[in-house]
Amino acid sequence: MSEVFVLVQFADGKVSSTTLELVTYGARAGSVTALVLATPGTGAALASQLTTGPITKVVIVESADFSTFGVSATADVLGQMVLSQNPSALLISSSAFGKEVAGCVAVITDSGIITDAVDLASDLQATQIVFGGSTTVHSRVSHGCSIITLRPNSVTPELSPSTPSVEISQIVVNESAKLAQTLSIEPAVKGGRPDLTAANAIVSGGRGTGGDFSPVEEFADVLGAAVGASRAATDAGWYPHSLQVGQTGKTVSPQLYVACGISGAIQHRAGMQTSKTIVVINKDPEAPIFDIADFGVVGDLFAVLPQASQGVRARKSS
Amino acid sequence: MKIAVCVKQVPDSWAEKTMAGGVLDRAGVDAVLNDLDEYAVEEALRIVEAHGGNGEGGAHSIAIVSMGPERATDAARKALSMGADSAVIVSDLALAGSDALATSKVLAAVIASGGFDLVLCGTESTDARMSVVPAMIAQRLGWASLTFAGATDVNPDEKSVTITRDTEVGLEKITAKFPAVISVVEKINEPRYPSFKGIMAAKKKPMQLRDLASVGLSASDVGSDGAWSAVEDAYARPLRSVGIKVVDEGNAGNELVNFLVERKLI
Ligand SMILES: Cc1cc2nc3c(=O)[nH]c(=O)nc-3n(C[C@H](O)[C@H](O)[C@H](O)COP(=O)(O)OP(=O)(O)OC[C@H]3O[C@@H](n4cnc5c(N)ncnc54)[C@H](O)[C@@H]3O)c2cc1C
Ligand SMILES: Nc1ncnc2c1ncn2[C@@H]1O[C@H](COP(=O)(O)O)[C@@H](O)[C@H]1O
Repeated sequence: MSEVFVLVQFADGKVSSTTLELVTYGARAGSVTALVLATPGTGAALASQLTTGPITKVVIVESADFSTFGVSATADVLGQMVLSQNPSALLISSSAFGKEVAGCVAVITDSGIITDAVDLASDLQATQIVFGGSTTVHSRVSHGCSIITLRPNSVTPELSPSTPSVEISQIVVNESAKLAQTLSIEPAVKGGRPDLTAANAIVSGGRGTGGDFSPVEEFADVLGAAVGASRAATDAGWYPHSLQVGQTGKTVSPQLYVACGISGAIQHRAGMQTSKTIVVINKDPEAPIFDIADFGVVGDLFAVLPQASQGVRARKSS
Repeated sequence: MKIAVCVKQVPDSWAEKTMAGGVLDRAGVDAVLNDLDEYAVEEALRIVEAHGGNGEGGAHSIAIVSMGPERATDAARKALSMGADSAVIVSDLALAGSDALATSKVLAAVIASGGFDLVLCGTESTDARMSVVPAMIAQRLGWASLTFAGATDVNPDEKSVTITRDTEVGLEKITAKFPAVISVVEKINEPRYPSFKGIMAAKKKPMQLRDLASVGLSASDVGSDGAWSAVEDAYARPLRSVGIKVVDEGNAGNELVNFLVERKLI
């Protein structure tokens, strides 16, 4: 059976749910080797979390260079592993980081790359949704390792217990990958909400909030959702740029997207229109965002959201 | 400093897009300069303007590099009218169907022979939407890669550049020595409109159309032949079914909750 590499994603010392999605896809196409690229001393603890799979093998590479040299160091090590082990595929999550890593590994290994896939078949045919959700494309890598980045939230993980073998690799990062050095990181304040790109549900606010995100946050919290924002809201400084949804922000495709006080400019839609269910609250019945709404409310978000939050709370307590 | 800016001609993002033979049908839609690349042009201008300027009498120069059909000269011309000095457009029938790998190969080939200190790119082309070309160019050239920059700080004397970027991990500061590839996000600046003088001047600026052979590549390196991935089929997705629309008369919040319950979303 062919081997499929999965790059394990983690945040705050935890393996992410996206990793389990990648593993689920990988298991369709071969035996899964999970790659843990970690800073020194942290690999074993991360690897020990990989007990749901099916994961056949875990390979740990530890190096301080992963935090200092980011994409280049990660791609360098993955490139070396792909060249020496010849897996049939390398699966990475479709974040900005993941796509860049994938692109560099494709160059290093002279392999084909497919980004932003929403499904992957056992024969490694990938499905993408393009042109603002209007077109489905099936494609396949025709040369080298199939390097594929997959959008979070596109599959329900099929989990089974696994007791993978754990291997510690001695691969070291090449000097040529140490050109752009991270000097400092001021960590983002997370505020306890789920990560935007991996969230099942997102409530977003736009200019219509007038800067008061409290009803948006309240509704997000009762749903256990992440909070997003339009560019008008991030430009005004109401919300951090890292939570901007859209062409130049994050691309998301949660089960539920609630757009509040957002008009639906094409650049915003580019980041959210593949969401499974879209709910809209907007005062203006002509706002273009209604064109893609499954449930639209023409109304004031300051009236509708608090009532909806109350309604969800009532349902949960009953 | 010698700076190159990669700009792409893309179909207007408002236009309806369709596929023809497994690739985007570009003939049917208006083409414009990828708006995200305007920020890269602007940033290049600001970098040189902070250090003595470009053009006649300036110590620095900005070259536009583009790959695409011949009409990509329009996008390049716009960048020249903003203030860049010269342009190279690689255009060749064999390029049709090129993937990001091939695109980065062509752009890297042009850049490699140009003696540049910095390459600026947008973060994403509005049509391909892969956001991988800048990192691929850097990887091919063996240069430092500084992507998603929200601010740049260039020091020509020390031949170094530091960028700030805002990502999910937080606010990062990343530094590298020349030569480096930088991609910029749209928060970084406000691109200038070309002035009338700029538009007139652009008509006289050198613009080179080059074919593949002149950048040292052959047809088998690029285009559909050199693409390491292939579209097997593509079809229009069913339109989103028309949704429910209610006007709030005091109860829409509750109706919204009912809808979420019906959809098993809560
Ligand atoms: C290069 C480029 C990249 C871009 N990238 C992005 C991107 O990544 N993401 C993004 O979002 N945008 C992006 N934009 C900007 C985009 O074009 C729009 O300007 C932006 O999305 C508008 O944000 P908005 O919908 O919040 O504001 P507006 O368009 O001003 O809409 C506000 C809406 O709120 C409604 N409203 C007002 N008050 C209320 C109320 N009390 N209750 C309910 N509704 C109310 C109004 O009816 C209106 O429809 C980009 C633009 C460019 C040029
Ligand atoms: N054909 C091209 N010609 C010139 N620059 C390009 C081309 N394709 C991509 N780029 C550059 O790479 C950036 C990212 O594009 P992409 O990876 O296609 O999303 C763009 O903003 C451009 O700066």
